[in-house]
Amino acid sequence: MKTRDKSTGLDEPTILLEARKLIAPRIEDRSRRDFLLRSLTLGGVAMLSGCSLSDNESVDTALSAISRFNDRVQGWLFNPNAMAPTYPQSMITRPFPFNAFYSEDEAPTVEEESYRLEVTGLVADKRSWRLDELRAMAQTEQITRHICVEGWSAIGRWGGVRFSDFLRRVGADTDAKYVGFKCADDYYTSIDMATALHAQTLLALTYDGATLPRQYGFPMKLRMPTKLGYKNPKHIQAIFVSNTYSGGYWEDQGYNWFGGS
Amino acid sequence: MSALPASTSVIPHRPAASHPRWLRLTHWLNALAVLVMVTSGWRIYNASPLYDFSFPSSITLGGWLGGALQWHFAAMWLLVFNGLIYLTFNIASGRLWQRFFPVGPKGVLHDLWAALRGRLSHADLAHYNQVQRAAYLFVMVDIILLVASGLVLWKSVQFGLLRELLGGYETARHVHFICMALLVAFVAVHLVMVALVPRTLRAMVLGNKDSGNKESV
Repeated sequence: MKTRDKSTGLDEPTILLEARKLIAPRIEDRSRRDFLLRSLTLGGVAMLSGCSLSDNESVDTALSAISRFNDRVQGWLFNPNAMAPTYPQSMITRPFPFNAFYSEDEAPTVEEESYRLEVTGLVADKRSWRLDELRAMAQTEQITRHICVEGWSAIGRWGGVRFSDFLRRVGADTDAKYVGFKCADDYYTSIDMATALHAQTLLALTYDGATLPRQYGFPMKLRMPTKLGYKNPKHIQAIFVSNTYSGGYWEDQGYNWFGGS
Repeated sequence: MSALPASTSVIPHRPAASHPRWLRLTHWLNALAVLVMVTSGWRIYNASPLYDFSFPSSITLGGWLGGALQWHFAAMWLLVFNGLIYLTFNIASGRLWQRFFPVGPKGVLHDLWAALRGRLSHADLAHYNQVQRAAYLFVMVDIILLVASGLVLWKSVQFGLLRELLGGYETARHVHFICMALLVAFVAVHLVMVALVPRTLRAMVLGNKDSGNKESV
C-alpha cells in the first residue's frame, strides 16, 4: 500500500474512483437481484400491467396470433342456423345510441341522387346499384339486440334486403372467404362468407320503419345481430367479394376480426 | 375437542401427498390466469361501466380496450383448460370427495367459530377444515359460473341455451361482474390465510413431504 501510495502521490480522487469501480459491480448486482425478486411478487406483476407488457413487441405478436386463432375457433363455432333472439317493438331502446369513431354531427351526408353502390370482386354482375333498385327488392324487418364491444347493448329495429338475396342477385361467388365494405366515413371492414349468408344479415335501408337516418348510416348499413357493433359498417359505398383478407378499421388496431356473438 | 375440525373422524383414507405436483402446477397456472383475466376484465369494464364506478387504469391490464380484450381472450384458454385438467385430476383421483366432503353449514359454523378463537388446528395440511372445504368448493363453482357467463357475453347467439339459463345477455353481464367480485374477495381472504399460516405457501410451492408420515400416526 505504501509504495503504491507513493507512486500515485496519494491522489485522493483516484483512490476514490478506484474504490467505486470495485464496489460498483456488487451494488449493481444486488439491485438487479432485488429487481428480479420484486418482479416475481404480485406487485411486480401488477407493475407490468400498466403498459410496458403491452408495448413489448413479442407479447403483441403472440396476442395477435391468439386473436387469429380465436377467429378460426369462432368460424368453427358459428352455426348458420342459430338465430339471434328477436324482441317486441315495446322493447326497442329509445333513443337508440349513436356510436362511431367520430361525434354525431360529424356523420357523413350522402346525397341520394348521386349515390351508387359499387359491387366488385368475385361477382358475376359488377354494375353499380341505385337506392331505388335496392328498395325494389324483397324487404324484411327484424328487431334485434345490437351488442357493442364495450359491453353495452341496445335493441333496435332494422329493415332492408336480406344480404344473401343481394349476394345471389349479383352472382357472388359464395365459396369465397370474405365480403369487404368501404364506407363514406372512411370506415372499412370485412366479414366471413358464412355470416354474410346468415338469414338475419340485412343490407339495412330503414330504421324503425323510416328511411335509415344519417346518424345510423344512411344510405345503408350492414346489420348483423350475430356480430358485435364494430363489424356492422354504416354509410356503405362499396362491397367487394374476395379471398384475400382485408382487415378493418378497428380490426387493424387490435380488435378481433371475427367479432361474432 | 373443540380444537379439532368437525369432520376428522369421517375421513377414511387419504392420497399420499397433501399437495401433489398436478395440484401445485394447476394452482399456480390458475393464479396466473385469474390475475390476467381479472385485470384485463377491469379494463374492459371501464369501456362501458355497468355500475357507477370505474377501476383505476393503473391496476388494469391491456393499455386500451382492444389490448385488454386480446389479453382476456388469450388467458381464457389457460383458465378453461387448466381448470378442466384440475377438475379431471381432482375427480379421477378421488381427491374431490375425500378432501372436500362431507361439508355442511353446521360444520362450517363450528370450524369458523373455532378459527375465530384461534383454536383451529392447521397441523395437518392434508386435512381441510370445513371452512376451507366450503371456500374451495365455492371458488370452483364461482369460476365455472364466470366461464359460463363469459361464454354468454362472448357468444350470446351461438350459446343460446346458456344465454337463456343465465337470464339473457344483460343479466349475464351482472352475473359475470358479481362472480368476479366474489372471486377477488376469495383471493383476498385466501392471501390473508396464507400470511397467517405461511407453511401452506411452502407446501403449495414445494409440496408437503411430511404428510406421508402424518398419515400413519
